[in-house]
Amino acid sequence: MSRGQFQFRSRLRGATDVAVTTLAILATVLVVTPLLAIFGYLLYKGGASLNMAFFTNVPKPPGELGGGMANAILGSAILLLLASAIGIPIGIGGGIFLAEFGRGSKLANAVRFTADVLNGVPSIVMGVGVYGLIVSQRHFYIPFSGHFSAFSGGVALGIMMIPTVCRTTEEMLLMVPHAVREAALGLGVPNWRSVLSITVRTASPGIITGCMLAFARVAGETAPLIFTALGNQFWSTSLNQPIAALPLQIWIYAQSPYDDWHRLAWAGALVLIVLIVLSVSLVRYVTSRGVLKGTS
Amino acid sequence: MHVEVKVPEIRVPQVQTQPEPANRREKGSGEASDEGRPEAHSPVRRFLLARGNSAVADLGFHWLMVLCALSIFGIVVLIVWELLKGSHLAWASFHFGFFYKSYTDAYTGQTSFWDPVNGQFSAVPFVYGTLVSSFLALLIAVPLAIGVAIFLTEMCPRVLRGPLAFLTELLAAIPSIVYGLWAFFELVPLLRGQVNPLLTRTLGWTGFFSDDNPTGLGFVAAAVILAIMILPIISSLTREVMTAVPHSQREAVLALGATRWEMIRMGVLRNARIGIVGGIILGLGRALGETMAVTMVIGNTPEIHKSLLSNGSSMASVIANEFAEAVSDLHRSALIEIGLALFIVTIIVNALAQVLVWAVTRGAPSQAH
Repeated sequence: MSRGQFQFRSRLRGATDVAVTTLAILATVLVVTPLLAIFGYLLYKGGASLNMAFFTNVPKPPGELGGGMANAILGSAILLLLASAIGIPIGIGGGIFLAEFGRGSKLANAVRFTADVLNGVPSIVMGVGVYGLIVSQRHFYIPFSGHFSAFSGGVALGIMMIPTVCRTTEEMLLMVPHAVREAALGLGVPNWRSVLSITVRTASPGIITGCMLAFARVAGETAPLIFTALGNQFWSTSLNQPIAALPLQIWIYAQSPYDDWHRLAWAGALVLIVLIVLSVSLVRYVTSRGVLKGTS
Repeated sequence: MHVEVKVPEIRVPQVQTQPEPANRREKGSGEASDEGRPEAHSPVRRFLLARGNSAVADLGFHWLMVLCALSIFGIVVLIVWELLKGSHLAWASFHFGFFYKSYTDAYTGQTSFWDPVNGQFSAVPFVYGTLVSSFLALLIAVPLAIGVAIFLTEMCPRVLRGPLAFLTELLAAIPSIVYGLWAFFELVPLLRGQVNPLLTRTLGWTGFFSDDNPTGLGFVAAAVILAIMILPIISSLTREVMTAVPHSQREAVLALGATRWEMIRMGVLRNARIGIVGGIILGLGRALGETMAVTMVIGNTPEIHKSLLSNGSSMASVIANEFAEAVSDLHRSALIEIGLALFIVTIIVNALAQVLVWAVTRGAPSQAH
């Protein structure tokens, strides 16, 4: 290679390097822009239409101005409470089984795989499944079955929480040193007690993180609620009746032709996102303080 | 190059013991036995467990946990069962024709795929819509995601790394309905006003960007919002596998006189490529099943057009739109069959992705050539 050729090649390499660096920076900017745009619009549009009435009133009939989403906020709270009551115990129980009892067994591997499968199921399909299970038919062994109900919505969300809670619990429990368990057993503590009060307790910051992440994920879910909880324009607290939910109400309002309802949809989105960002930040805070750090 | 200090994990040194067949009494079910559980059974622990006098409570607790684990199984089995049962009617009527046939209306002579009034159903336009919007989204998202991952792992000043990683994480936490809301009210007008005319003018001759749709909705809008939504997944996984590449790889390439890009290309991307492909497939899995945002911007017409700017419909969006007000049992059954197809496809895609990511992060990355 002649000297000129060599110089040309090395200059080309330098130029490529600079070009790629520029492209990477450009990509990052491009990615951050929509995020900022979304937050900006939410704050701008949602903030402008957020008022006390939003939190205290129920929706007005079409054509009338005003109204709020009090029933949707309550509905979301009920649904999420029910979902947590179903998803968190089963998820933690499954995680304890995977980490403490079933380690390496075929059953544990199968459960782990199934949990991952469940995690990847699109939420709309989960809604169809729960619809078939609870809503479409009256079963004597399933309460509130046979029609659209808050209960079926809560079950759908609860099922969606299980895999996240289960896998995080397992990961966190695996990080607890064996010496801790053996110390507890050495003091004569029964195994079940040692698992609950020692192992799970030690891993609790991480487990709480998992629960919060799962909670934040299902808090914004709309698809599985469309044909389980269905939505409700009125104040309702019954598990047996269709119930409103914040994301569902946003969807209904966004599709409507009324500007005032669009305004309410933006306000609802702002409330929802604040709820979720708060829980995610809380998670980061807890994990940065706690001794055990997970991958998620 | 900074040196990373790794805090050693606290671990009790493990004592290898032979499995004792004598200990396996009582476990009739065989499968879930002690076979592959080396850590759980250090001799100390086994001794202590054997000495305990809470056998009943322990057994009860054990089975309670097994029950929780089994209920995960149960849920998946029940959902699959319900999907199969619900789609039976449509399957009996159309068989595999559901996924390739089209129908001609006897009166108007028009070809259609999805005709609830005459009871003719075919999933073709929805499969087409899902595939087109997802792959278009990947086309947009993948280069950007890899760019972001490269920037964050290799170039970013340390001050920026934390906040930027947090921001991309936040992008993943925004619910899809909020994306949909933003897309419907801000992105679609932008596309309608600026981007789509530009695409028509410059690329209109290909036939993929004709200007017959004045709404701004359609595949392109769906693909853009999908790209924004799957970007954080792809980029965080790419980041994960790129960090898993040992520093010695980078140092070796740099020592040969490589520029930074050459180091990234030969030292990092080459080693991490299987994991990156895994991340991309995982993003594809998300895109395939994404519902709300797509439903709000894709236009929701069960048709197939060559132009990417025209309205369409995806598998998830048709379920979301029509399920609650399905006109007949057959209509509902056809929608459930679409759900079943979506379920099967996403399971395959996700399993594939997990195997690939696992191969890189758990295996030895330096051998992945």
